[in-house]
Amino acid sequence: MKHIDLNNLRKENLDTLPEMERRQFLKIGLVVTGIFAGGSVLSLMSNIDKVFASKEDLKQRYPYKPHYSMVMRQDRCVDCELCKEACIITNNVPDYGYRTTILEKVTPDAIGQKREFIPVLCNQCNNPPCVRACPTKATYKDPTNGIVMMEDRKCIGCKSCVLACPYNARYFSEEKHAIDKCNFCIDTRLQKGHKLTACAEACPADVRVFGDLSDPESRVFKMVHQIEKPVWVLREETGVKPNVFYTKG
Amino acid sequence: MEKEPKPIKVSGIMGDMARSLNASFVENWFSTLVGFLSGTKTYYFFVFLFGLLVFGAAMTGLDAMRIGYRHAYGVTREVAWGLLISTYIFFVVTSTGLCIVSSIGHVFGVKDLMPIAKRAVFLSIVTIMAGFTVIFFEIENPFRMAIYNAISPNLTSNIWWMGTLYGAYMVFMIIEFICILLHQHKIATIAGLAGLISGIVAHSNLGAIFAMLHGREYWYGPYLPIYFIASAMMSGCAAIIFFSWIGYKVNNEQMDRPMQRAMEVVGKLCTLMITVIIFFTSWKLITGSVGGPGKVEAIRALISGPYAFNFWVLEVTIGMLIPFFLFLMSKWKNINLMFIATMFMIFSIFFMRFDLVVIGQLVPSFHELHVTDYPGLLPYKPSFHEIVISIGGIALASLTFLLGEKVFQGHKTEIH
Repeated sequence: MKHIDLNNLRKENLDTLPEMERRQFLKIGLVVTGIFAGGSVLSLMSNIDKVFASKEDLKQRYPYKPHYSMVMRQDRCVDCELCKEACIITNNVPDYGYRTTILEKVTPDAIGQKREFIPVLCNQCNNPPCVRACPTKATYKDPTNGIVMMEDRKCIGCKSCVLACPYNARYFSEEKHAIDKCNFCIDTRLQKGHKLTACAEACPADVRVFGDLSDPESRVFKMVHQIEKPVWVLREETGVKPNVFYTKG
Repeated sequence: MEKEPKPIKVSGIMGDMARSLNASFVENWFSTLVGFLSGTKTYYFFVFLFGLLVFGAAMTGLDAMRIGYRHAYGVTREVAWGLLISTYIFFVVTSTGLCIVSSIGHVFGVKDLMPIAKRAVFLSIVTIMAGFTVIFFEIENPFRMAIYNAISPNLTSNIWWMGTLYGAYMVFMIIEFICILLHQHKIATIAGLAGLISGIVAHSNLGAIFAMLHGREYWYGPYLPIYFIASAMMSGCAAIIFFSWIGYKVNNEQMDRPMQRAMEVVGKLCTLMITVIIFFTSWKLITGSVGGPGKVEAIRALISGPYAFNFWVLEVTIGMLIPFFLFLMSKWKNINLMFIATMFMIFSIFFMRFDLVVIGQLVPSFHELHVTDYPGLLPYKPSFHEIVISIGGIALASLTFLLGEKVFQGHKTEIH
């Protein structure tokens, strides 16, 4: 068995390293540090200036304050369903309905990973077809925070909002005698001082990033306004201007 | 001893109305009763049968309310509108069609169509009421509709306009019918025109309920509001011939010359409307074959998928081709043959409405995501409750029609 002679080993410190290797190493270090430092310096500047010409533009794009939004980091979802469970408990969702669910997509001819999960919920559209379709204003867009709300006592149960919704986000609740849908836990959590929806808080993989899209310093704003990673919405062709975004990577 | 009508001291048009109301009721109530008792055994058999069906359906509807529509009906979160909505549409299409076709005579003064007017107006009221009865059992909170339609209206909502305009339409048609009975033809014409306008707006708006759901490619676009009007005219013509023929059998009478002429005109109009609907349907298929995936899938469901039988056999063959050739063969003189044609048509139109309502929902919202949760078309099967309530609606319309034939003595119209 070969023993290493520790006492007579050549030192591996700065004195013994070849000049070129040292320089290269330093260069790499500088580059890495530069990128991070540059990034943080930039991030100290207002994000509004980078994305919008003026604050007015920002307000036009995100007219509500707070403008609640959710960004789904789709590739992180493993379908553990803790979000669904938290939603059911928080909002008393009956077993025959759901406010949020997770869709499963399989791509058999993909290289490597073939299965992915897509969490879905009400997209709290800026241009909501359900609100247009409701005969009695039982469903409406909250003027402050833009959440698509339900006023249960006005709901006649015609289900035209169910058909109008491009995201299958609505169902008739027997218990409420009205349509039930996701409202970003406004009544059950946000108004009680919580910062996150039940599903966002329950997610162990940080899939559901919840926040205020009108705040340039928020995570959701930063995730939506960048071009390194793809950001998309579901069923964009309907023109409903959803406030739930999807991203990967 | 015949009772003298009390003198009424009201002047003007209301006075005329009140006087004629009083006179005609007093004069007619006895003969109405006699008329009703003059029916044949077959007549009473059908009155009894339809009455039984209405009763059974009402019990079934109440049972559905008791156990909850979610348990009673076959509709789901994804296919939220089913047989009851399509039956409702079947009735209101027929009602609007009856109103449009009858208005040619008594609103626009085309003499040839005068003899069908009274029956058509009566039937348009009967069918819209049957439609409302059916949708009463579909809407989860119908009583809230009455309140919040009035105090919290959403003017961008087609459903709101539907409720409001059909409500107005029904009132106008009832006023028109009463005025025809009372020989107040001026008011009847004005009410008829108001009914016609509100009916056409209401009915094209009914098409827009579907046509404005831009997440549903099969329905979306200006096609349906226009198609609904054309389709209503076809249904209206068919209903007039169908019910007039039965009406004359019920009253055991022969059609006189003006009535035969009216049947001929309506028959020709009906044939024309069949070709219009063939034209509409053909272009729906042709344009749909190159649409987005949501539209193409729905069209495929209709022409080669689970609804292909409904489409090719029930809609095209029984609803369009056979009646078209029967009309040609009848030369619009053979009323029996025209009756058979319209019988096929009415049977078929019921399925046209069903296919229209259901197929628009069969392609899932997330169809283009290709998720395993929604592998293909969504299923829908009407439940027992839905079928019985729909039959009940048909029975209600039939029963009221039969009673109307006797009560209003064959809806004879005097030509002025």
